Amino acid sequence: MASPSLMDTLFQRGLDDIIKGVRHQQSSTESIFISRVIEEIRREIKSTDLQTKSTALQKLTYLNSIHFIDMSWASFHAIECISSPTFSHKKIGYLAISQSFSESTPVILLISNQLRKDLKSGNEFEVSLALDCLSRIGTVDLCRDLASEVFILMSSSKVFIRKKAIGIVLRLFEKYPDAVRVCFKKLVESLEGSDSPIVSAVVGVFCELSAKDPRSYLPLAPEFYRILVDSKNNWVLIKVLKIFVKLAPLEPRLAKRLVEPICDHMRKTGAKSLVFECIRTVVTSFTEYESAMKLAAAKIREFLMEDDPNLKYLGLHAISIMAPKHLWAVLENKDVVIQSLSDEDPNIKLESLRLVMAMASESNLMETCRVLVNYALKSDPDFCNEILGSILSTCCQNVYEVIIDFDWYVSLLGEMSRIPNCKKGEEIENQLIDIGMRVKDVRPELVRIARDLLIDPALLGNPFLHRLLSAAAWVCGEYVEFSRNPVELMEALLQPRTSLLPSSIRTVYMQSAFKILIFCIHSYFLQKEDMTSEVSDLASKRECSESSDLATGKALVQSDQDEGFNPRESNQSYEYPSAVDTGDGQSSTPTFMEKKSLMHESIVNLLNLMELVLSPLSGSLDVEIQERACNVLGFIELVQQEFSNPLIRKEANLDREEVIASRVVEWVHDGFTEELGPVSVTAQDRVPIPDELVLKENLTDLEAICGGVELPAPGSFSLTSPYYGESAVFSVSNLQAEEDSEPSTESTSLLTEHRKRHELYYLPSEKNKIPANDYPPANDPSSSISTNDATEDLVKLADQSLVSKRKPNHAKPRPVVVKLEEGEAAPVVSKKPELKDDLLSGAIHDILLGNEAKAASSQSNPSDKSSSKRKGKAKHVDLLDSKENLAVGEQPNHENPSSRRSKHRGDGKQKSKKSKGKKNGDGREDDGEKESQKIRDHHGRHKSRQRADAPINVVPQTPDIPDYLL
Amino acid sequence: MIKAVLVINTQGKPRLTKFYGFLTVEKQQELIRSVFGVLCSRAEKVSNFMEVDSIFGPDSRLVYKHYATLYFIFVFDSSENELAMLDLIQVFVETLDKCFRNVCELDIVFNYNKLHSILDEIISGGQVLETSSTEIMRAVEEISKSESASNSISLVPKTVSGWRSR
Repeated sequence: MASPSLMDTLFQRGLDDIIKGVRHQQSSTESIFISRVIEEIRREIKSTDLQTKSTALQKLTYLNSIHFIDMSWASFHAIECISSPTFSHKKIGYLAISQSFSESTPVILLISNQLRKDLKSGNEFEVSLALDCLSRIGTVDLCRDLASEVFILMSSSKVFIRKKAIGIVLRLFEKYPDAVRVCFKKLVESLEGSDSPIVSAVVGVFCELSAKDPRSYLPLAPEFYRILVDSKNNWVLIKVLKIFVKLAPLEPRLAKRLVEPICDHMRKTGAKSLVFECIRTVVTSFTEYESAMKLAAAKIREFLMEDDPNLKYLGLHAISIMAPKHLWAVLENKDVVIQSLSDEDPNIKLESLRLVMAMASESNLMETCRVLVNYALKSDPDFCNEILGSILSTCCQNVYEVIIDFDWYVSLLGEMSRIPNCKKGEEIENQLIDIGMRVKDVRPELVRIARDLLIDPALLGNPFLHRLLSAAAWVCGEYVEFSRNPVELMEALLQPRTSLLPSSIRTVYMQSAFKILIFCIHSYFLQKEDMTSEVSDLASKRECSESSDLATGKALVQSDQDEGFNPRESNQSYEYPSAVDTGDGQSSTPTFMEKKSLMHESIVNLLNLMELVLSPLSGSLDVEIQERACNVLGFIELVQQEFSNPLIRKEANLDREEVIASRVVEWVHDGFTEELGPVSVTAQDRVPIPDELVLKENLTDLEAICGGVELPAPGSFSLTSPYYGESAVFSVSNLQAEEDSEPSTESTSLLTEHRKRHELYYLPSEKNKIPANDYPPANDPSSSISTNDATEDLVKLADQSLVSKRKPNHAKPRPVVVKLEEGEAAPVVSKKPELKDDLLSGAIHDILLGNEAKAASSQSNPSDKSSSKRKGKAKHVDLLDSKENLAVGEQPNHENPSSRRSKHRGDGKQKSKKSKGKKNGDGREDDGEKESQKIRDHHGRHKSRQRADAPINVVPQTPDIPDYLL
Repeated sequence: MIKAVLVINTQGKPRLTKFYGFLTVEKQQELIRSVFGVLCSRAEKVSNFMEVDSIFGPDSRLVYKHYATLYFIFVFDSSENELAMLDLIQVFVETLDKCFRNVCELDIVFNYNKLHSILDEIISGGQVLETSSTEIMRAVEEISKSESASNSISLVPKTVSGWRSR
């Protein structure tokens, strides 16, 4: 590195030069310029001259904060600067430190001494610099080392210093909880001061502290109450209100006291910020006070009427806090809410959307959703998705509580997925499957919607909707018996554009196609059986099977004609397996089951189509796709033999073949039609581990045994997507069973056993019920949330569903929605506070509740002064004393049962109060007894009061317990 | 507690950044970029709030005010009142105005040091300590005085020591 030249030292560039320099650069050359400046700084900062050094550091600090240049390498130079005797150097150094130091900065401990020196400095601005710095970077070590200095500063005569010292206490307590023992008393005393900035700072500190652990500060409630009533400073009042929001839930009687002063402020003050804070306090914590709520609502109304968008936004926000318990507040402002939906401000729009959804009920849901969906079409993409998201989440609340007409809802879901900006594919997916499983009656409509989605080639191109399509495919496969035209579904599932889908979803498509195939073949066989039995008199001769096929076909074609099964058309689609036209006149035809018209040829076409589409996939690189393709192709091969060329085949041969094929189809079909029950999220936990099951056995022996044995086709344990996993496994295992040509009874019996076990294990409490209907899907997050929310409802409703199950209701009442009783779904236990908080609150407890041993160890206190000071305050809260015992009873931390109540009660004032509060006092005699320790503190205080200024050895514990209730 | 104070101009260039918790420069830059990304998409005459939970983590709120070419931005948590924070921005800007007589962006660009002095008087360690702009001005003037006093003293020695160290 070149040694600093004369020019460098003499004419060092200052901060202003750098700023000007940067401003003159083009954006392209800026970074070059800055890196040159950094070079310069690196040179200058090594200078022994502090002026040069500090200027360099200042430049670096500037570049760090404005141009995001790393400055961690300069930390030692910053420490050099703060040790300068010159104020401006110090200031630069401290700014650099507070901007760039973190707890892991290695040299941070080096500043400890300098900080101490500056904290003791006579120059108040130097002290203030050190305090500011400590408040930003204070580590455990620094806070421990400097706690006593800060404590001294808290009693400084200068308000300027005291205020800053109080501000730093927060950091001190957080990092070094033991500091509480030293500083807490001083902090509480500062509450009573008359200096507005001091009170403001202290209240701010308590606001932060009580946010973390409100219980510890309950004893200070009287102080805060006094401030609430007396203070004229809006900043202070706001902070006090924030404290009370935290305290009120812990002490129910606080609310009664607080409501009046808060309402008073709300009425009188002109400051909107205070009004809003009052409103927020009331609507969050004092919801049961009718008059206060009314007043708050009136004030909110005023906010809403303002032109200022801020007030409007906050007004709406306040209503949405009220909404869950006080819907009337929303309804009263319905006009504004609706109107705000088209506000230009995105915040206001969002809030009003939440409120609109809060207003939604069973009766107006359809109308609301209709309006919102139309509105979503016109909105910008972000807000459109907000709308869709809120519709979805509102509707699925408490297992679709608000929905009566599921047909409507399902078609709404279909409609929503067609909105161009829709990005809610995943939520819609979950709901489609969830509803399919829970609501039996809606399945025909669901299949219709799913079909519409599947045959729409446009949707395939939108990656946000892929998940949704997978749900549609699954629905079509699972509930194919409600379909009007399975062949059409099949073609949609196998269309070439499905190659756009991710492989996980493609496998769902393939599996669904397979289900549909099985269904078609099965019903073909069924119908043939029926036919043969029907026409057995006529056709007993049975010239050849092919003619009987034809007869079947013709006979049925007479009864109703179905274009979808017209051989010509299906031939066509076999050759061009693309999105096929949906078959025009089909909407009027009854469902497929009722028609039972499947011709031999159409089955053959289906088989051919599948074979054609799946053959290339058997070489797919994706293992899931490949396996499924292979499995299905294997099946097709088996079945095809009998369908492909019936003319050539001999009658006897065919009979045998067909028997096998039809049995195979029957097994697989049984596997598919068996309804998969949803499984409770907690089901796994409830599975008892059988005694004979050894989970930790060493299985190395097994490997030796199995070494030579070929593993079965990999498909049997294919990893499937969670929703459809089970059905896939069943089907494949069935398939294999027949491929190995094992006796059918074995596989079915295995299957039934498997089911039994599942039923048993997944839901031990519902063993005796029909398994099919009572499980929500295991993996559906939305349902798991909602079921947790409404445990009780669920139990109730699940019972209902059992009673009314499978009974079609006529007047289109709300269909049965299957729910799971989630008996032991315990609410999530709130996390325990962190260790640090424990330490802190523990320390504060010790201080507040007068753990004598520890308090004594803290410091000897100027007791007289504080206690005499306390007198005035005590008078103010004396009227509360009658309740003290209860409050005391609610505090933990009591060991010594030696009662000194008599003495305590000896206080005259106390006695007269007692008669008033007798009801309370008597009832809590016991509590009081237990509280001896605290009572001793009262005692100490009262004593000190009686003896005026006589010096006492008993350390008066800062916040006197009797006062701590309102 | 206040988490950050930012001043960004309408081109997205930061003019003042102050984070009351340690963040790496990369993180700071990223935060400022995402805040500006949302800010510049907002129309005039809309509310001064922004939902920033996705940027600053849960329990974060942001208010901003737009003055001429500058956005003044305060990020804070639920311990602060939104409207009070807007007032605080007002206090900050008023103080700047008093300090520089009709403050404009250039003042803020070139008075980096003083800006920090002012802000440190208002907020210390994330706590609001002073809300009266006269008090703030008084303290800032005192600080400037002792800064320039120390500078004028050091002016001569600097040159001398510069010569000596050669």
